[in-house]
Amino acid sequence: MPIPLGRSTFAMNRPPSVLASAAVGGKKEGEDPMAQWFDEIHNDTTFGEKTWEKAESRFQQRACQLALKKAKIAPEQVKLLLAGDLLNQCISSSYGVKELMIPFFGLYGACSTMTEALALASLLGDNGVIDPILAVTSSHFCSAERQFRYPLEYGGQRPPTAQWTATASGAALVGKSSKPPYLKAVTIGTIQDLGVHDINNMGAAMAPAAAATLLTYFADTGTQPHQYDGIFTGDLGQVGSKLFYQLLAQQQVNVTSIHQDCGCLIFDAKTQDVHAGGSGCGCAASMGCGYLMRQLEMGKLHHVLFLATGALMSTVSCQQGCSIPCISHLVYLSTDPTPVFQGG
Amino acid sequence: MKLTPQEYDAMIQKTVPPTQSGRTIPAAFLVGGLICVLGQGLTDLYLLFLPQQQASTLASVTLVFLSALFTGLGLYPKLAKFAGAGTLVPITGFSNSVTSPALEFKSEGFVLGLGAKLFTLSGPVIAYGVITSVIYGVIYYFTGLGG
Repeated sequence: MPIPLGRSTFAMNRPPSVLASAAVGGKKEGEDPMAQWFDEIHNDTTFGEKTWEKAESRFQQRACQLALKKAKIAPEQVKLLLAGDLLNQCISSSYGVKELMIPFFGLYGACSTMTEALALASLLGDNGVIDPILAVTSSHFCSAERQFRYPLEYGGQRPPTAQWTATASGAALVGKSSKPPYLKAVTIGTIQDLGVHDINNMGAAMAPAAAATLLTYFADTGTQPHQYDGIFTGDLGQVGSKLFYQLLAQQQVNVTSIHQDCGCLIFDAKTQDVHAGGSGCGCAASMGCGYLMRQLEMGKLHHVLFLATGALMSTVSCQQGCSIPCISHLVYLSTDPTPVFQGG
Repeated sequence: MKLTPQEYDAMIQKTVPPTQSGRTIPAAFLVGGLICVLGQGLTDLYLLFLPQQQASTLASVTLVFLSALFTGLGLYPKLAKFAGAGTLVPITGFSNSVTSPALEFKSEGFVLGLGAKLFTLSGPVIAYGVITSVIYGVIYYFTGLGG
């Protein structure tokens, strides 16, 4: 059973592993140096489908298939699938994973879905009863644009704070193994809302959620940033990352030397015209299940805090003048199997 | 976070990169102006064959057509990205705001998709444009300016 540390942080008693993980990206994602960390790049972002929603489902399905193939585990052996996405009623997930016939829980955490799914997989997988668990999420630039913003061919300008929704998916299979990386602890985020209304400045809206969850984790575990060699936030982008540093600095916490943001990593802001960076569930999912997991597997990183961030508004709430509530969930990934918080 | 929304907003304002008005305003002026020059050129061309009113109307129709065509070819959004208000304000922007939902929502069918969402962007302009013109007409009538 997970050991509670404070109100919202739990240390795993028998930390489950990430058995395998896979990342799939679209054309734009394949034009960045990060392309090498994707398992597959699909230059046809329609995936041969007639609608963007179906295309996104296929990205998600493909990520699941690749993760299962790497782990050499058949879909029938998987006990639970945790999936979510940005589209209304999470249709990318439902249509994407329906053919796998795995017991399914749908999640909605917007762009925080990857760490929401990994946190739940850790908590549910710790006692070994539900093993293995597949966690997956996706986003698609074209399906997100038409739901949240404007038609693709509409001639408009994006402000400098806008972020580009990644066309990508990431899947991770969580279960008992002697192979790193291990999921050693999780912090479940609380909703943070500091009154940001600008739908084109998601980084600013989400930065307080990331900062709050990270500070809660440090307080609950009694650890310091220097005890980790990587802190990966979801998709704060360039603007959100700067605000994240300022918010942490107010609490005398400095993570700048070990922090990387998936929204800044996934695209090259200088050459790919993405303004403040990448966003979408698939951004943290593909960077987490691709780049980050490979760094841990290769032993280049050993103790990493991964906290994806999600903006929980809808087009209706925005039009009704509501500010943007945001959330961030944290998972602690490590190459060391020892449950560091045992008895603590 | 021990921070009020006002304090956080001040922090955001200091952090966000400003819009590069030195580039965007001249781009809007240049492209918007060129579209208007094109419109005037078309009017002058049509005037060779048609009376003034019909020539002006036909010039507008041509611009609307060209904007729809370039939207369909995927070129209009690229121009608009550079030009901003320069492509939004002329009649070409209105055409783009009708054509782009038509392309986008045809996947939901011709009636409930394309038909229902065709005026998603331009609907408010039409609705408030008509209301404003009615109000203007009433004022025009009662102030005797209508003769």
